[in-house]
Amino acid sequence: MEITININGSDHTADVEPRLLLVDHIRTGAGLTGTHIGCDTTSCGVCTVLVDGTPVKSCTMLAVQADGRSVTTVEGLKTADGLHPVQQAFSDEHGLQCGFCTPAMMLVGAALIEDNPDPSDDEVRWAISGNLCRCTGYMNIVKAIQAAAAAASSNGDS
Amino acid sequence: MLPARFDYIAASSVEEAIAAKAEGGDETRFLAGGQSLLPMMKLRFATPSKLVDINGIARLDAIRRHNGQLHIGALVRHADIAASDEVSGAIASAAPWISDPLVRNLGTLCGSVAHCDPEGDWNSVLLATGAEVVAQGPSDRRRTIDIGDFVQDFFTNSLADDEMVLAIHIPVPSGPSGGSYQKLERKVGDYATVGVAAHLELAADGTIAAAGVAMTSVAPINRKATEAEALLVGNAPSTELFTEAGEAAAAAADPRDDVRGSARWKRRVVAAFTQRALAAAAEQAQA
Repeated sequence: MEITININGSDHTADVEPRLLLVDHIRTGAGLTGTHIGCDTTSCGVCTVLVDGTPVKSCTMLAVQADGRSVTTVEGLKTADGLHPVQQAFSDEHGLQCGFCTPAMMLVGAALIEDNPDPSDDEVRWAISGNLCRCTGYMNIVKAIQAAAAAASSNGDS
Repeated sequence: MLPARFDYIAASSVEEAIAAKAEGGDETRFLAGGQSLLPMMKLRFATPSKLVDINGIARLDAIRRHNGQLHIGALVRHADIAASDEVSGAIASAAPWISDPLVRNLGTLCGSVAHCDPEGDWNSVLLATGAEVVAQGPSDRRRTIDIGDFVQDFFTNSLADDEMVLAIHIPVPSGPSGGSYQKLERKVGDYATVGVAAHLELAADGTIAAAGVAMTSVAPINRKATEAEALLVGNAPSTELFTEAGEAAAAAADPRDDVRGSARWKRRVVAAFTQRALAAAAEQAQA
């Protein structure tokens, strides 16, 4: 079946089987390997992408379900001005260890800040509660998302 | 991990979806949030020959009050319920406890209810609040099914092969009411170790006019604690009464020893959660 998904701002048309998962389509079809596959059983959240701005697990959505919709992966976070505030903050605050969960954590963080520009630590923790970091580096992930929120709102003020 | 092969139809109307389902029968499944169905298909616990995707159907995503009921459509996601100002009581209390934030963004109330997972949270909440399931068949054939009759057994509902869950209707009491869902989970996204939903309606003199208590993960299916409900009705809310109701609920529970804890301990959690849920419900009703 032919589908067209807008991935990170460009339309991507492909002929796919209905059973193809969105995550496989992103990685193999579109060649964007920043979206990872971890548990593959809807538990770990490393396959998180934004569909029309909302974070979802792309291992638990069919590629055909994304037909006509916009998908943002970690590769789409950076802006013309450089790194997204969340990306910069993960670098500055050492918000990653092995890096496997990082694309998903950054996307969830970016979606949270979009929705709630000044989240509490508690709100950040609940927002990332569907995403596992097996390095257990949660402290710095929360710090990084908070730093990104602060940077994004100070940019907005200027 | 890919699911087994299946045919896929993206329906653009309820009529089209039901016609496709009727044609395929039991081997055809509706796809809404897919947060239970797709994992089951990947693990080959489910191998439908056809999926009818209802996500493109308009007007199924509304939460609204109508004729003394709250109507929640087939495409309302758990996250929509958690964010809605229209919901209150046990429904509002349970929504943030469904699975994890990412699953809540896709999974639907109606899908969870139809799935009839005995460890699912929503069916306890609906049993406690006395909800109805609206089942739409071909042409104008539509019926409402009491949630107690809808849930037949684990993973078994009473829908016919040509019916679709169009909405859930939850009564909105005209007098003071309140509700709460208490859930113990080992981690976000895990099934409930124990869950208890409570719903109370108060009469003008402050006594309990109606009560609903139902339990998750402590019986083969979501179970109403009818003895506890009977104890409550006609009496004034009090800690003693709620403690007594908690013991009645614990007696009605039939938990098993498993990795989440012993049956004996889970029964104590049922007693404590029932008391807490009722206290929270009464506090809301009296506010």
